[in-house]
Amino acid sequence: MIRLSIQARQALIRLTLPVLIVASFGFMLLGKADALLAERARTALADGLAPIYVVLLGPLGRIHAGVAETAALWDMRDENARLRAENEKLRRWQSIALALDSENQRLKASLRWIPDPDASFVTARVVADAGGVYAKAVLLSAGPNNGIRKGEIAVDERGLIGRVTEVGNRTARVLLITDLNSRIPVTLETSRAHAILVGTNGLRPRLQYWPEGVVPQEGERIVTSAEANAFPANLPVGTVHYSSSGAAEVEPAAMLQKLEVVRIFDYGLTGVTAPDHPTPGRH
Amino acid sequence: MAHIDRRPGIRPRASMGRRLDMAARASFPACITVVLMLLTQMPLQLPGQAALLPAVALGCVWFWSVYRPGALPPLVVFPIGLAMDLMGYLPLGVGAFTLLAVHGIATAMRRSLSRGGFTWVWIVFAGAATAASLTIWLLVMLLSFRLLPPYPAIFTAIVTIAIFPLLAVPFAAAHRTIADPERA
Repeated sequence: MIRLSIQARQALIRLTLPVLIVASFGFMLLGKADALLAERARTALADGLAPIYVVLLGPLGRIHAGVAETAALWDMRDENARLRAENEKLRRWQSIALALDSENQRLKASLRWIPDPDASFVTARVVADAGGVYAKAVLLSAGPNNGIRKGEIAVDERGLIGRVTEVGNRTARVLLITDLNSRIPVTLETSRAHAILVGTNGLRPRLQYWPEGVVPQEGERIVTSAEANAFPANLPVGTVHYSSSGAAEVEPAAMLQKLEVVRIFDYGLTGVTAPDHPTPGRH
Repeated sequence: MAHIDRRPGIRPRASMGRRLDMAARASFPACITVVLMLLTQMPLQLPGQAALLPAVALGCVWFWSVYRPGALPPLVVFPIGLAMDLMGYLPLGVGAFTLLAVHGIATAMRRSLSRGGFTWVWIVFAGAATAASLTIWLLVMLLSFRLLPPYPAIFTAIVTIAIFPLLAVPFAAAHRTIADPERA
């Protein structure tokens, strides 16, 4: 080690803080100039940390399961009664759905309908919250050669959750529909009018740009639109809900707060690939 | 830095084991900070969980900068800040700058803070944490050319202030025992 006088060493120590503060400003400029750099660093870090997350998930899962078990035991009677009523209702719906499905098949057959291609999918576990205070995303753990590509569509058992924006060797990041940078073409199910679903970082994304003369109804179902060839048509997204200030928002069908397992569908759509970097301001 | 030798005199050179022990104790603050930051990234399914990462990072850096700045020099704070940027999806450099600033305030006010007791440390931290989360908010807006609602920043500040005692109590115990190089 180089021997320095005490004064010189103290001066050096005093200099490190200002020098590093300047360096952090340098990093801000660098991140602005080369957006890919930050993204690559993030993906590399996520790939490195994914095994740790997977190991930590074990005990966490057991704790969650224990809590859920206790809660389930607590209100089992009420839950049973509720489920019986729901079952009753669903059985009625099932017969309607089956009748409609067979009718639909007959009509499609007589119309020589070109069927949509079957989508392939992979299922992956959510291992970490890949968002932050100013971003909403989740990190999926997927083995090497998982075949996940940017722009594929992530769905949970109830509805759309978002799109894949970054893919690493072992991980994939899904930008949620609630993120500030999320823009999704949607259709209002009753009026069939097109609109754009805009994320706000809040719990409910906002509905914008619906055509004149159409008003989204409270409780109306929102599905994806195939416009721009980025999404398949008719994936459930959520229901319209007006906020107290009168803005049309969408209550997501997916349980975005409690994502555990996510399916990633490859519909072979190449209309709009996810931006290389979720640059704010790009619409 | 210049820590006073309480037992002056010539002593034999520390053995390998003892030097390892001292190194482990000295690296405790940095290690616990990184481990806690990792834990905040788990899918705990808590509402508002995103605010935990900056809260934990700020609390850890503040505590160790006040009570053991030798173990958390700027050269260690800087990579912790970059890790916070990467994990929390902030623009690169924002977390690094904020944590360095907080570290700077803590070391500059160390004398007054250590005399005032825990309540005073917490009150000053409340000010620093509010300023830090507003700084992050302003820098994110500046670097993304977009107006953002201020609520996440306010929420982060509140969470940061609220969890500081939860961090400080076990840290204070560690500070006297496992993180003390003198005890090696």
